[in-house]
Amino acid sequence: MVDFGGWAMPVSYSTGILDEHRATRTAIGVFDVCHMGEVHFTGAGAAATVQRLVTNDVARLENGRAFYTVACLPSGGIVDDLIVYRLQPDHYVAVVNASNADKDVDWFQEHRGADCTIEDASARTGLIAFQGPAAAQTLQPLTNLPLDRLRPFSFATDVMLGERPVWIARTGYTGEDGFEIFCDAQDATAVWDALVSAADAAGGKPVGLGARDTLRLEARLPLYGNDLDEETTPLEAGLGWVVKLDGDDFIGRDALRAQQAAGIARKLTGFVMTARGIARHGYPIFDADGASAGTVTSGGPAPTLTQNVGMGYVPTRLAAAGTKLSIDCRGKRVDAEVVSGPFYKRGKR
Amino acid sequence: MSALYPDDLYYTKDHEWARIEDREGAKVATIGVTRYAVEQLGDVTQVDLPKEGESVKQAEVFGSVESVKAVSDLFAPITGKVVKVNSPLADSPEYVNEDPYDEGWMIQVAVTNAKELDGLLDAEAYQAFLREQGE
Repeated sequence: MVDFGGWAMPVSYSTGILDEHRATRTAIGVFDVCHMGEVHFTGAGAAATVQRLVTNDVARLENGRAFYTVACLPSGGIVDDLIVYRLQPDHYVAVVNASNADKDVDWFQEHRGADCTIEDASARTGLIAFQGPAAAQTLQPLTNLPLDRLRPFSFATDVMLGERPVWIARTGYTGEDGFEIFCDAQDATAVWDALVSAADAAGGKPVGLGARDTLRLEARLPLYGNDLDEETTPLEAGLGWVVKLDGDDFIGRDALRAQQAAGIARKLTGFVMTARGIARHGYPIFDADGASAGTVTSGGPAPTLTQNVGMGYVPTRLAAAGTKLSIDCRGKRVDAEVVSGPFYKRGKR
Repeated sequence: MSALYPDDLYYTKDHEWARIEDREGAKVATIGVTRYAVEQLGDVTQVDLPKEGESVKQAEVFGSVESVKAVSDLFAPITGKVVKVNSPLADSPEYVNEDPYDEGWMIQVAVTNAKELDGLLDAEAYQAFLREQGE
């Protein structure tokens, strides 16, 4: 067990990171993500407050729909990345990183507009992710919600998992189809047991922090604290698709507009190692001429691809696919090459 | 399955082992990492080792092992010249996890100074050391 933002979490549940990774790609992985923060915004002014706080366009959200977004500082630096769910026109829930939850709630409160109540419901909310190609067919017998009608980034409240009331969202952090199941914290153990038992019968298993990281890295999903922080902007991080510069005003919009107009000087860039070596967080990146180009923000083996991959911020001129880089792996320069898009993309069903 | 900590090996506090054999009057040490090290590392994905003919020095880094989650240095239990490298590990690093004392061996070294063995732990002392560390 390791300490993860104050939570005791297993790196692996017993069978090892690779085995848990494989189970998620081929069947189902069950993830205890109860540590994530859930923040409720309610009241007539909830939408306006959320809009002020996030870069995506809240007016676009319908009831039962969610989007991925970031919250920014006035500088455009990222406070956190989060998913915002709209339950009602006057009720939104933000799911935030555990390590940022306290900071986020303070930030949200500080910028709360009129007629909006903000409640940190993290302590009373359980959250379990159920991810993988067999997730839908395996979850269906446990719930009264017709899952084939639940599109990606949709969710339903007032549904049952066995005898327990839950919300089910078609969201996740693995690059697979899958669900995130919200429940009362008191029900979390029972919900976990039911999900693990169903997964087990379908060739799946519980998955710890280790494979959670390799899965998200393969899918090239950024991790706050590694790939995103208060010194990086969503435009640099390749998250321009969640930034609506022409929509309603939000904190950081002016800085991001200025950055857009001036041109993005550096970009979060994915690479594969083309020689033998594993890039890790913090390793220096060099261009083909040997000049310093940046630092690895995330890196490691991509088990499904049997390749070693990574990402880091490099000058925009080096961010095009095919660009040759090298990574200083503990004193040894190892060749790498820029690739675009996710390292791993699941096949169409 | 081999024993957790076989009796015929020498051990270091850095969690390497050495198996000593007499070959034509000289001592040769086969070197690897212990079951405990393997459990801590998790799935090994890459092993970096010296080449044949290179020298290693007791208690100094002779290579590294990359697991899915981290990279760790390997410390030589004994000084000498590398006479053989377990080259299959380049393609099958999982041997280290599956069989750390046999198929997962790393290098063989012609021992320069057999007296250095006196500073190593036997299986019993190594396990006592692990218990002291709270393992």
